[in-house]
Amino acid sequence: MNKAIFTIFFGVCCCCFSVQAQRIKGSDTVLPLTQELSERYLREHPSSEIVVTGGGSGVGLAALPENTTDIAMASRRIKFGEKMKFAQIGLTVSEVIVAYDALAVVVNPTNPVDRLTREQLEAIFRGKITNWKEVGGDDRKIVVYSRETSSGTYEFFKESVLSNKNYMSSILSMPATGAIIQSVRQTKGAIGYIGLAYLNPYVKALAISYDGGNHYALPSVENAFDGSYPVVRPLYYYYDAKKEAQVAPFISYILSQEGQKLVREEGFVPVKRDDEQEERSKE
Amino acid sequence: MRKLFEKIVQWVLTGSGFVTSIVILLIIGFLFTEGAGLFRGRVIEEGYVLALNKENPVSRLTAEQIKGVFDEDIANWKEVGGPDLPIETFRLEDVDRYFSEEELGPQYERAGEAIVGWVEEHSGAIAFVPRVMIPEEADLHYIEDRTISPAEVFAGAEWFPTATPAPLFGMLPLLAGTLWVSLFAILFALPFGLSVAIYMSEVASERMRSILKPVIELLNGIPSVVYGFFGLIVIVPLLQQGFDLPVGESGLAGSIVLAIMALPTMITVAEDAMRSCPRSLREASLALGATRWQTIYRVVIPASMSGITSGVVLGIGRAVGETMAVLMVTGNAAVIPTSILEPLRTIPATIAAELGEAPAGGSHYQALFLLGVILFFITLVINMSVEYISSKNK
Repeated sequence: MNKAIFTIFFGVCCCCFSVQAQRIKGSDTVLPLTQELSERYLREHPSSEIVVTGGGSGVGLAALPENTTDIAMASRRIKFGEKMKFAQIGLTVSEVIVAYDALAVVVNPTNPVDRLTREQLEAIFRGKITNWKEVGGDDRKIVVYSRETSSGTYEFFKESVLSNKNYMSSILSMPATGAIIQSVRQTKGAIGYIGLAYLNPYVKALAISYDGGNHYALPSVENAFDGSYPVVRPLYYYYDAKKEAQVAPFISYILSQEGQKLVREEGFVPVKRDDEQEERSKE
Repeated sequence: MRKLFEKIVQWVLTGSGFVTSIVILLIIGFLFTEGAGLFRGRVIEEGYVLALNKENPVSRLTAEQIKGVFDEDIANWKEVGGPDLPIETFRLEDVDRYFSEEELGPQYERAGEAIVGWVEEHSGAIAFVPRVMIPEEADLHYIEDRTISPAEVFAGAEWFPTATPAPLFGMLPLLAGTLWVSLFAILFALPFGLSVAIYMSEVASERMRSILKPVIELLNGIPSVVYGFFGLIVIVPLLQQGFDLPVGESGLAGSIVLAIMALPTMITVAEDAMRSCPRSLREASLALGATRWQTIYRVVIPASMSGITSGVVLGIGRAVGETMAVLMVTGNAAVIPTSILEPLRTIPATIAAELGEAPAGGSHYQALFLLGVILFFITLVINMSVEYISSKNK
């Protein structure tokens, strides 16, 4: 019953706002997902218009107060400094998590090590541990691969695993996830990180523990979904709370069963189960 | 009528010459102004301060020390010339972890006071916060902010352009990496290129040349990403097994790929130069009783020296400025290389990889332009030395 009312409500909203194009801007990680979703959405709602552009999480959030975008996509939570800026001009933003993205830490398949704690990972990526035998592997030099500084994945890994400290300077930075996989595949002592969607049998994913080695979990959509895998980042949409009615139809489409199915197909982790989702869309 | 037409053609030619020169000068001017902006930038991120407890006498920290402090590599104030106190760091991003929503106020208007209070309570504290958040009457001690000095940039050995609170722009590793890779690329390409050019212009039969020439020119048409991918998948594992290296992405892989890429230009230009050596010179040499090899070595090569050098330099130019292939095979580790078998990072690769996300007008963006200026000077020096060499040989 409730659902029906909502559908009608959103339907009406659609008609009201179909003339104005919705502008979505921000993170390049979320960009392909948003593009795919908006294409499907437009197929069902041919009268509405959605313009999706990238540029990075920071760019999207900076565009919100300038009113050059209606929704800002972000692969990180809004920074306190940005929140302060919004508060100063009296802008209240609403936050919606549209999907999750899990990062897998991968090594060469011949490497006997199959699990690491966050502290060990931090030491490896900061150059404090340089040999695999220090973490229970063979006597082999650790070769650490990272993404370029421009990558949001780089920033998230730094924040989550390295607790905001800097990577070591001799880290090998690769221009793309594909290059990391290729290098890890052919280098015996390699370690690197990639998005869950890119995981393939040529590299071995490590089980990771964030509680000092009590619980280890392997990266998978299921483990990320139930919260046992720790290296997971939410992907956010931010919008001006006053424009709620305008952006709601698209956001509720993403959070619908169909939208979340697509999220999963794109290699991201879906948000919530169906019943909880309706809770969210009612809010 | 005809005269008018000639006049118009003349204007068009003069005009395009002027326009091209002006555009080039404008681009160079743009490069220099953006690059020089780096030295007006501040060590600490724009609009932020590093606040200390007022008891703490430390007021000067270099960018490297700031990075060490926030990475917890420097854990005690006495390591940077202060009292014997453990360092406690505070970033604005951690604010929700230290204080509750009530303490901060609904619009975060009390956040500044809360942070000031925290710094006053902790004698070893260092807080990285925006200047506007600190209330004016706050009794804190600040780290002196300076402009970025050229010494830090040109002699600095650490490249951390996105580190907060103080990014490090040491360009030495990048410059060393670029020169190192190009040097080895030329060492590999020069003997090969010259022998192929000599073979094609002097030794090969007409039929052989008609096959070889298009094949070599075909190499020029391959996009550099393809070379990069070839390097990553074929050369890198080969080197890794061949030299038993822990990591195959190295300067050597980069210079081999660059050598292959520089070859077609070098061969084509050098061969054309040798072929255009006057027939009379060769015939005179042969008539004097010189053998074919003596003719090549003593007559043809010296006579076409300027053409050969320009071929070599065009090859070097391609090697120094090449971006994509190097980006994929050298590993991009910003350390000063001590051997060619180590990963290293070049200037063009750095610009290509980082410019996309660097906020326009920020220090990182300006640092990348400054790298462009350095690259410009390297190429300029190479070009000028060619002019000098070829003018001497005439």
